[in-house]
Amino acid sequence: MEHKTPTGGEKLIQCLEREGVEYIFGLSGGAAMPIFDALVDSKIKLILVRHEQGATHMADGYARSTGKPGVVLVTSGPGATNTVTGLLTALMDSAPIIVICGQTISPMLGKDAFQEADVTGITYPVVKHSYMVKDARDIPRIVREAFYVATTGRPGPVLIDVPKDIGQGPCNAPFTDKLDLPGYTVPTRGDPAAIGDAARLLSESRKPLLYVGHGAVIADAGKAITTLAEKLRAPVVNTLLGKGAVDERHPLHLGMLGMHGTAYANKAVADCDLIMAIGARWDDRITGKLSEFCTGAVKIHVDIDPAEFDKIVRPDVSILGDARLVIEDLIPLIEMAQTEAWLAQCERWRRQYPLKYPKKGGLRAQHVLDRLNAITQGDAIVTTDVGQHQMWAAQFCLASTNRHWISSGGAGTMGFGWPAAIGAAFANPRKKVWAVVGDGGFQMTQCELATAQIHKVRAKCLIINNNYLGMIRQWQELFYENRLSGADLVGNPDFVKLAEAYGVKAYRIKRSADVDRILRKAHAYDEGPCVVVAEVVKEDNVYPFIPAGAAVRDMIIDPPTHKLAKPTGST
Amino acid sequence: MSAAVRPAPTAEPIGTHAISVFVNNKPGVLVRVALVFARRGFNIESLVVSPGVEDRFSRMTITCSGRKDELAQVVKQVAKLVDVVHAIDHTTDLTYAVEIALIKLECALEERTPVLQIAEHYKARVVDFGKDSLILQAHGSSEKLDALIELLRPFSLVELVRSGKLLMARGERVT
Repeated sequence: MEHKTPTGGEKLIQCLEREGVEYIFGLSGGAAMPIFDALVDSKIKLILVRHEQGATHMADGYARSTGKPGVVLVTSGPGATNTVTGLLTALMDSAPIIVICGQTISPMLGKDAFQEADVTGITYPVVKHSYMVKDARDIPRIVREAFYVATTGRPGPVLIDVPKDIGQGPCNAPFTDKLDLPGYTVPTRGDPAAIGDAARLLSESRKPLLYVGHGAVIADAGKAITTLAEKLRAPVVNTLLGKGAVDERHPLHLGMLGMHGTAYANKAVADCDLIMAIGARWDDRITGKLSEFCTGAVKIHVDIDPAEFDKIVRPDVSILGDARLVIEDLIPLIEMAQTEAWLAQCERWRRQYPLKYPKKGGLRAQHVLDRLNAITQGDAIVTTDVGQHQMWAAQFCLASTNRHWISSGGAGTMGFGWPAAIGAAFANPRKKVWAVVGDGGFQMTQCELATAQIHKVRAKCLIINNNYLGMIRQWQELFYENRLSGADLVGNPDFVKLAEAYGVKAYRIKRSADVDRILRKAHAYDEGPCVVVAEVVKEDNVYPFIPAGAAVRDMIIDPPTHKLAKPTGST
Repeated sequence: MSAAVRPAPTAEPIGTHAISVFVNNKPGVLVRVALVFARRGFNIESLVVSPGVEDRFSRMTITCSGRKDELAQVVKQVAKLVDVVHAIDHTTDLTYAVEIALIKLECALEERTPVLQIAEHYKARVVDFGKDSLILQAHGSSEKLDALIELLRPFSLVELVRSGKLLMARGERVT
């Protein structure tokens, strides 16, 4: 039998097969042709997207819903630059994606060749690591390293730039498991002395609070944290991305904290005597005015990234390590703290300040999401876009399971939700997957309706349509004398007709009375993607609300009756 | 609450810091390191890059001014880069540090006496003795070179090349 030397492109694809890659989300182009050619004979399924940004978010949704890296393949120049937003999104939220880019031939690098861009240069600030392949013999090592780096420690995106001559030329290099990463270490167990300090402080605390972030989801630390919370009798709050680590329906769970968190979660933050961050990074959405954040409370910080300690908050005890391993080591050292009065106080807050919304005066996004929560019963994977709908979804769609809540947190990338749901649906064909998006963000990646329809992916897209960039409108109403500027999305298409133009099943909700019936229909729809357009009231605001830069205790729980000062925080 | 609680930080003054960064000797590593400093708004004041004992590694010695606590964060972010083996702020360590300067002065023969006196005092060597110009080579601590250069400024100092700080941790300590 004739033994043919594989091309660099073929070797690359073989390496991806060896890593267990099932899907590549990609868009082809000249410089990437040798790699796309190799896919013809591969068992890896190529999902042809309609825009490269969509590919990155699909890979991200695939990755976040499984923990396995999502893989993107694009061509050089604009193909590669279109992935920058997706790389930033993945970096900010620690999602493992691998972006492989075609590149011009090596001799033309830096000479302004057609569709050439200095992609490694452009992407340095938005990747965990990146490679430019200069020698085909490096392909097996680079792919192995890229997957290792993307998925271990604090996960993140890795980019591999492959010049066309490398992809086209021969590659004889054998597969390898050898890594050449002398500068890369992965923390595992925490320092026993620091864990001992934390245990003592937790046991002494009368008003402890566990603040759970995305790191807990990634480390699958939820069970351990639940055990810790039950043993301590300590309440739990989570960040936007920490949803699902600990079941939000657990009696000790107070929901999401921060800018649009529940009032009772934020009351607990403002009043606790100890706050323990587990895989969370004291983001400005959480702390509000830093100088007034938890001033009297002991702070413990568990993180796998040492650069997070002292970045925003100086913890009294920092524990470097994997969140699950650290908490598991901590549990045996814990004595039940005397927290009965504290838990009773938290329950009073929960009763006194429930999440609420007007039941009259037109269709409300909150009502739709509240019912979606009831219908999915916490068993669906929910992705969101960015804006008001995202915050309402975070408030009303309770996550009970790890990796069932996927949202663009750090980067706040509009256009994320729908492709992320498609990626999650590819990864979880037996799960119900709902994207909750706004009319603004949806239009940034709506072309992926085609991708979903072609593959009959059973992702469902709930468009909360208020014909506004609602969060912008909310801020302009509250802080800029309602001088609307760039907030009105007049000219929106009829989203039902739009979906139907792609052959996608679509439903419309216009009245509150129709919510349950239509959501149930869509939830049961099984033949492919579907779209539900909820035509909600145009002007509604997300409460509670801690304006950027304000202190947690200055939270606005009900619509304000007085004029508010312009926020001093970042955005 | 208890002894494990960290005391409040004292206000840190702005000072010059010497940071050594031990890295993979690969293209792009310098950009990755420099971007971390730039993103946080720090200006790299001097930078020396040279091969390590094994040529697959390089060493960067960076001087930069700023508050110690802020730079500590930058150093951690640099250390986090996959291509960085380690990064250490040596400012408070026992180190040996030296810098070399080449200094060109436009100076007619008859005006050189005071220049040569200064040079001799600072143990600077004349490495080029031209008709209208001369080049001095000086080495020593960066502060000593600063002082020498200030003394020479009145004498038509036209070009200045400094190596940047070279630094090595003393004894068993790692640079």
